[in-house]
Amino acid sequence: MATQPNILAISPAPLLQIRDLTVEYAADSGRPLTPVLHKVGLDIWAGETVGILGESGAGKSTLASTILGLLPAESKATGSILFQRRGLPSQDLLRVDEARWRTIRGAKIAMIFQEPGLCLNPVMRVGDQIAEVIRAHIPQTREQRKQECEAMLDEVGFLDVERIYRAYPHQLSGGELHRLAIAQALVCRPELVIADEPTRALDVTAQGEILNVLRKTQRTVGSALIFITHNPALLAGFADRVVIMYGGRVVEEGPVAQVFRRPLHPYTKGLLQLFPSAPNAEFVHGRLPVIPGSFTDKDHRTSGCVFEPRCSARTAICRGEAPAEEMRDDRRVSCFHHGN
Amino acid sequence: MGTEATARAPKTALVRTTALCKRYEQGSISGKRFTIDALSDVELDLAPGCLTALVGGSGSGKSTLAKCLAMLEKPDAGEIWFEGKTVWPGTTRELALLRPKIQMVFQDSAGALNPRFTAAEIIAEPLEIQNLERGTNLRARACELMTEVGLSPDWAKRRPREFSGGQRQRLAIARAIALKPTFLILDESLSGLDLSTQAQILNLLLDLQAAHSLTYLLISHDLTLVGQVADSIAVMHHGKIVERGSRQLVLGNPQHAHTRELVGAVRTLEAAYRTAQAGSGR
Repeated sequence: MATQPNILAISPAPLLQIRDLTVEYAADSGRPLTPVLHKVGLDIWAGETVGILGESGAGKSTLASTILGLLPAESKATGSILFQRRGLPSQDLLRVDEARWRTIRGAKIAMIFQEPGLCLNPVMRVGDQIAEVIRAHIPQTREQRKQECEAMLDEVGFLDVERIYRAYPHQLSGGELHRLAIAQALVCRPELVIADEPTRALDVTAQGEILNVLRKTQRTVGSALIFITHNPALLAGFADRVVIMYGGRVVEEGPVAQVFRRPLHPYTKGLLQLFPSAPNAEFVHGRLPVIPGSFTDKDHRTSGCVFEPRCSARTAICRGEAPAEEMRDDRRVSCFHHGN
Repeated sequence: MGTEATARAPKTALVRTTALCKRYEQGSISGKRFTIDALSDVELDLAPGCLTALVGGSGSGKSTLAKCLAMLEKPDAGEIWFEGKTVWPGTTRELALLRPKIQMVFQDSAGALNPRFTAAEIIAEPLEIQNLERGTNLRARACELMTEVGLSPDWAKRRPREFSGGQRQRLAIARAIALKPTFLILDESLSGLDLSTQAQILNLLLDLQAAHSLTYLLISHDLTLVGQVADSIAVMHHGKIVERGSRQLVLGNPQHAHTRELVGAVRTLEAAYRTAQAGSGR
């Protein structure tokens, strides 16, 4: 596992300690289970921002659902997710009952979804919807709740807090709804926030604005943030660490600055060249860089490297056995050929 | 405004619109009615064989313009020219003759493809409707089109849900080019796909363009993406085209405040990414 980043040297144990997490889905009862996550190990420390980078099918969203205890009934999860809040005994989130989940979800671990417009009740004032989150978790008077909400709306950058508080979702723009989703997730000051591609549908201007609000609010509240994305550029200057997932496995991890400067895994190398890094990248009747092929369910295999079918650096060994995880300083990688 | 492009285009443009307007009326529960000007005085020239990108935020009128050009929506005022002839205002019969030449690929491939049809049936449907091919020829042509968009003909009997998002988009493209159109409208066809899949589909579109001399209108909210491939860029804002010109001109020297904001945001993102890759981080 990556070592603790020195700027956050407050807590002796990680906030979230995921070990050997394997998740399988059953399409229909009776059918064999499809593996979605395979022996995922990951540490999240208090207050840090971790980017999870990968294509669809990598298991990013399943990881988020598992951490939040939102896996569908017809799934099977093994391993452990230890949630260690400061000064409290740790609890394994895979073995928490639904009554206990209600005290954790939304209060200690919160989620920001991709489509904030779909997560809000259309016939309820947005202010009341944020106050509702507080009411579910913290005993407070109506007045206190309102004050707290308005403070949070102010925090996410609304200038006319009173108007927003009384507005219905349809009266607000897409950017405003995104800021509301951030306010709603952070209003109970959770220790951990998971954002699943929160800016995917936004244009670049709105995207930059929302990322700034998210970062600023997260720092004020002091939450750790797991930021899920398929676009490496969003993590630059935003996340402390990056975890690259492929085919339900963590294939590489390290500090963003180091991984982006010198990626080790062939998949990471491929991913990083997809975003144009040169201004006006000149493109004259050539082709865009791609990672050939795509991930399919058939690529979930028991032997060999999961990326082997698409890898440009593959050799005979990659097909036969799965590469072990190699750790060096605060980086780790699973590839036989990462030195090349 | 890209003055060079405007001066050059009228003679050579494949698609041209003049003062195109479209207004939607909406009623609310209280009985009040209000109108939205989805398009106001849209002037657009699309040069043949070029990829023109139409960018703008949500609600700027991009999709309304696309639907008007694809003749799925009737404009309230203005004219649409196609291959030098007026097509709007026009009669239903005239429009019917033109429809095969203008095809559209939508964003939501899962919703745009009939889930009960097989891949081959989806591609063959337009050919059947136009009575172009029959029987074994029809099947062979469908397989040929699958190969052309990079799908294995062995998958001809699969249904849409058995394909990935990128493969479904390839299927939608195969259906769109089945009737040998000259003009393809791609309405956010690449949104919702991974960066690698986006690049793969764009490469496919560029190959098809070279092979069949197609003209594209690529609608997108992602300026980073279109900035890599577009020949020219048109920027929409509140139902108006506020800026258009070659990619170099629009990205290199944006004039309108809205364009400047968009280009600025792209530059900030690119700069942060470059800095991270160069390794000046901690």
